[in-house]
Amino acid sequence: MNAKVPGMVSDLTMAKANSLSSHLTGARLRDFLFGKFILLNAVLAISIIFLIFFYIGKEALPVFYEAETQREASLDNLFAPQHYGTEEMPLAFVWQPVGEVPKYSVLPLFLGTLKVTIIALLFGAPLAIAAALYTAEFAKHWVRELVKPTIELLAGIPSVVLGFLALLVLATWLQDLFGFDYRLNAITAGIAMGLAIIPIVYTVTEDALTSVPRTYREASLALGVPPWKMAWSVVLPAATPGIFAALILGFGRAMGETMIVLMASGNAAVTSFKLTDSVRTISATIAAELGEVVFQSPHYHVLFFLGAMLFLLTFLLNMLGEYFVARLKRKLMGH
Amino acid sequence: MKPKSMILMIASMLFPWNFWAFGENKPITIKGSDTMVLLGQRWAEIYMKKNPGSRIQITGGGSGTGIAALINGTTDICESSRPMKDKEREQVKTRRKADAKEIPVAVDGLAIYLNSANPVKELTLDQIKGIYIGKISNWKDVGGKDGKIIAYSRENNSGTYAYFKEHVLGNADFHPAIQTLPGTSAVTNAVAKDLKSIGYGGIAYAKGIHHGMVKLDANSPAVEPSMENVLSAKYPISRYLYWYTAGEPAGEMKKLVDWVLGVEGQKLVQEVGYYPLPRSEPGVAAAPKSRGATKKK
Repeated sequence: MNAKVPGMVSDLTMAKANSLSSHLTGARLRDFLFGKFILLNAVLAISIIFLIFFYIGKEALPVFYEAETQREASLDNLFAPQHYGTEEMPLAFVWQPVGEVPKYSVLPLFLGTLKVTIIALLFGAPLAIAAALYTAEFAKHWVRELVKPTIELLAGIPSVVLGFLALLVLATWLQDLFGFDYRLNAITAGIAMGLAIIPIVYTVTEDALTSVPRTYREASLALGVPPWKMAWSVVLPAATPGIFAALILGFGRAMGETMIVLMASGNAAVTSFKLTDSVRTISATIAAELGEVVFQSPHYHVLFFLGAMLFLLTFLLNMLGEYFVARLKRKLMGH
Repeated sequence: MKPKSMILMIASMLFPWNFWAFGENKPITIKGSDTMVLLGQRWAEIYMKKNPGSRIQITGGGSGTGIAALINGTTDICESSRPMKDKEREQVKTRRKADAKEIPVAVDGLAIYLNSANPVKELTLDQIKGIYIGKISNWKDVGGKDGKIIAYSRENNSGTYAYFKEHVLGNADFHPAIQTLPGTSAVTNAVAKDLKSIGYGGIAYAKGIHHGMVKLDANSPAVEPSMENVLSAKYPISRYLYWYTAGEPAGEMKKLVDWVLGVEGQKLVQEVGYYPLPRSEPGVAAAPKSRGATKKK
């Protein structure tokens, strides 16, 4: 195979006229095969994603047309207010898929997901952005080399461990501190989730800040602007699209997060805007219930429908995030 | 736990042949009720020690999960803390081409968990129902100190959930604010940590909590969930625990079932904290009459 590498060029020009098999010899053959191998991998990765998308979609679609599913879970049942509950206690939205009359209101689940996600961002994002600003602008070299990997290491903590910590320790602390009625609530879960999104928000923000060109800084320092003012009103605004991307990616990550909320949120499908109530998120619902459903039952299709929505939402958010990163690059390159 | 069973399920959907390609020396798989996992593990442990060469695999996931697995043919024996529904029996019949065989293996009382420091020691069935459907929300209303009642329930794939909903709530819906936790030990843990909380679950769990005494109605005596009271059905919330197989158990499986129903197996039931089948119970032969208080208004 590896015989004729030095004389390859002349060999190849000769071979061009010949048949295909002699054309693909030696190193050229290896190049060719390796190229195809890489291509195969890329195609495989992409097609797996498409297959997953296709499969989830296929299992979710009966919500729109199958008679048996529609009887229990039509779009009206899923989204519109219903007359559930008793007369003295009417309830418009109930998620209770097991029972004599299965009830599939998905609104409390969406609301719950949104509540936890927003708390996670409110708690995690300022910390992450401040940390990024510090390491990118103020920290000494060795501090930066210490802090950056440490924060990024946080991403390596399995979410089940964070959830467990939140369930046993954090919930008690927060209840003692604020006197919550419910030990497990949106705030507890949100703070634990905030810890989970810090690494991603931090990393993307830090990248955005460090990619702001030196000339910006030099110009402002030359005008006598103090360093903190420079960081705040020159570097930070210049990196805005990147920070925006960081927030969106963090949002997407928080929405799909499962174990933390399953363990620390109390999983009650309440329809309220109160942050101290328990919440049930879409991801936790799928995780808790998909193990039990009978194949092709309405409940099964509704869970896949929820999964498809979640997939679509995070997919769109990630795309939006990528768009903002690209915009940042264009902006900083002066276009 | 749950995500694991989810992954398994997804895997089994994608690669069904994995589950068909059993070897000759295949283990007996048992799957289902989280309430019964402890019991099943204890049985398997002792049985395997006594019968070298036999292999038994036990997993939990909830009664619903176990029944779904029996229907789909991914488990040999399903443990369930509630009787199978007619719809599920039909599914077993069509999918497995055999009748579901119901084998009561133990008796369990459903205990009401209260925090050890909670002054409330007894509740009527109506009060328990009121708490879980959201009618009663303050401990003051059931004889306790002023404070919001924090009620915990199980996830809806749990047989305990189904049993509680049917026999205590009379099939009414849980109030949306009732929190659901994945597993009985999570419930006991939560109740042990929170003075104002209430939960329910198997009688074998007792660490850090106390079991409330239950009254059938306001005028009846309060009954504690002791063995005597559960076996005599004086305690109003008790139930059978079941094993289900597709078709009559045969061979290795029959040996296991007979052992479980025999003296040794039933002694272990008591060790784990549940109650053995009453002696008059003819074992495998007959399905039991429905137990427990089904309160109808």
